[in-house]
Amino acid sequence: MFRNQYDTDVTTWSPAGRLFQVEYAMEAVKQGSAAIGLRSKTHAVLACVNKANSELSSHQRKIFKVDDHIGVAIAGLTADGRVLSRYMRSECINYGYTYESPLPVGRLVVQLADKAQVCTQRSWKRPYGVGLLVAGLDESGAHLYYNCPSGNYFEYQAFAIGSRSQAAKTYLERKFESFPESSRDDLIKDALFAIRETLQGEKLTSSVCTVAVVGVGEAFSILDQATVQALINEFEISGEEAPATASVAEEGAGDAAADQGGAAAEEEAAPMDI
Amino acid sequence: MPSEQKLGSAIVDTVFANMVSSQNESSLLSSEGDSQRTQYPYVTGTSVIGIKYKDGILMAADMGGSYGSTIRYKSVERLKQVGKHSLIGASGEISDFQEILRYLDELILHDSMWDDGNSLGPKEVHNYLTRVLYNRRNKFDPLWNSLVLGGVKNGQKYLGSVSMIGVHFEDDHVATGFGNHLARPILREEWREDLTFEEGVKLLEKCMRNLLYRDRSAVNKLQIAKITEEGLTISQPYSLKTFWNFAAFKNPTVGAEGSW
Repeated sequence: MFRNQYDTDVTTWSPAGRLFQVEYAMEAVKQGSAAIGLRSKTHAVLACVNKANSELSSHQRKIFKVDDHIGVAIAGLTADGRVLSRYMRSECINYGYTYESPLPVGRLVVQLADKAQVCTQRSWKRPYGVGLLVAGLDESGAHLYYNCPSGNYFEYQAFAIGSRSQAAKTYLERKFESFPESSRDDLIKDALFAIRETLQGEKLTSSVCTVAVVGVGEAFSILDQATVQALINEFEISGEEAPATASVAEEGAGDAAADQGGAAAEEEAAPMDI
Repeated sequence: MPSEQKLGSAIVDTVFANMVSSQNESSLLSSEGDSQRTQYPYVTGTSVIGIKYKDGILMAADMGGSYGSTIRYKSVERLKQVGKHSLIGASGEISDFQEILRYLDELILHDSMWDDGNSLGPKEVHNYLTRVLYNRRNKFDPLWNSLVLGGVKNGQKYLGSVSMIGVHFEDDHVATGFGNHLARPILREEWREDLTFEEGVKLLEKCMRNLLYRDRSAVNKLQIAKITEEGLTISQPYSLKTFWNFAAFKNPTVGAEGSW
């Protein structure tokens, strides 16, 4: 995208029918460090890459628990993500207070999307610069949604956002057909494999990633570092490629996956997560 | 004076915005202009009884609307459907019940408008009503009702009650008003988890007959409603057989000549 005369205002259309400010907001998501989500019928897993700025600083939190049955992973402007997480928590609590019942994920996602849409239609606002992967449980099982700065939302079996997410998406595209029937642990392993793809050869340890799970009978929780490291060791030491799946042919997990174009940062923390 | 009424602004939860906007601005104390604070009920319904049975919930209520000690209306439907999964029975002020039905109508409407496969079940409706009633009580402007809320969703039976001050219970059998004193003891003895529909109806009729004999606001015209996973039916009104042929009734003034 190049700078042009229609991109100053979010309320200005381009002659081609585009809102450039909204599209620029979606660029901000692509600059954030990767976050991935996947789900089976009964569980949903979120994982993200957590790179600290320097050795001296801690890394940013990109996964938030919204309620016992909902969690969210963000990519992009973390501050915007925090604010939206707070909104989501508030909505869940209010619904629970009135109805003694968990807010259905699908409804929370729509409310979130409508909130984002408002910012695309007010001249004094700007779109939220954050993409959210919302994982949650309701009566019909586990769900994964992606909420976009544009106010769109989509439901996914598996998805990845942020920088180098294309590598993860390629991996997920190969495996997704097996996800609905996957066990909880296989789902987590697949999430870790997908995260590894985005690291482009860098070593996967529990200090660079965060994993969270929610499922039937299991409240949303972020797995602690030790557990994650144990899982990583389990599949790297055994030399196992991705766990055996029903229909998909196995490729070497070390295949260089095509990176998505446009991502600038290679080794450093993605700039937008600062 | 309207400006005086706005002293001490009430904190309005957006959930109740629809409810508050339908009445005048209430301050922390209702109607500063009036000297009264408590409302009085005018047209009232008497007990409602609800029980869980094998396939769902059974509820019974008579069709009387009393105006003080006068039995003014004899065809008041006090059992109503709420959405796909719930049944509500009300005692107390009938006009407040009608208002509650309007709130519930709007609630269910907005719920269906999501059009997303999710729907409010009896537990959610019960809690919503609890919030509404408790909130009104805190404003010294109660909805003068005791409600029974029952239903079945995804195979789960639910039965609860909530009073005009927001006291709520969930149980295998509930009742309002006189039903608590006259029907619950019978139910405590004779209620079982696996009652069939016929057994449940018989049990409810036993309770309703008792109420008919002893509650002066009861009328002998009742409806029984049944809600199961499949759906809801409210019976046509009918009457119970009563027995008055007791010796003491035949000659009531024996032992007290001159009395009536």
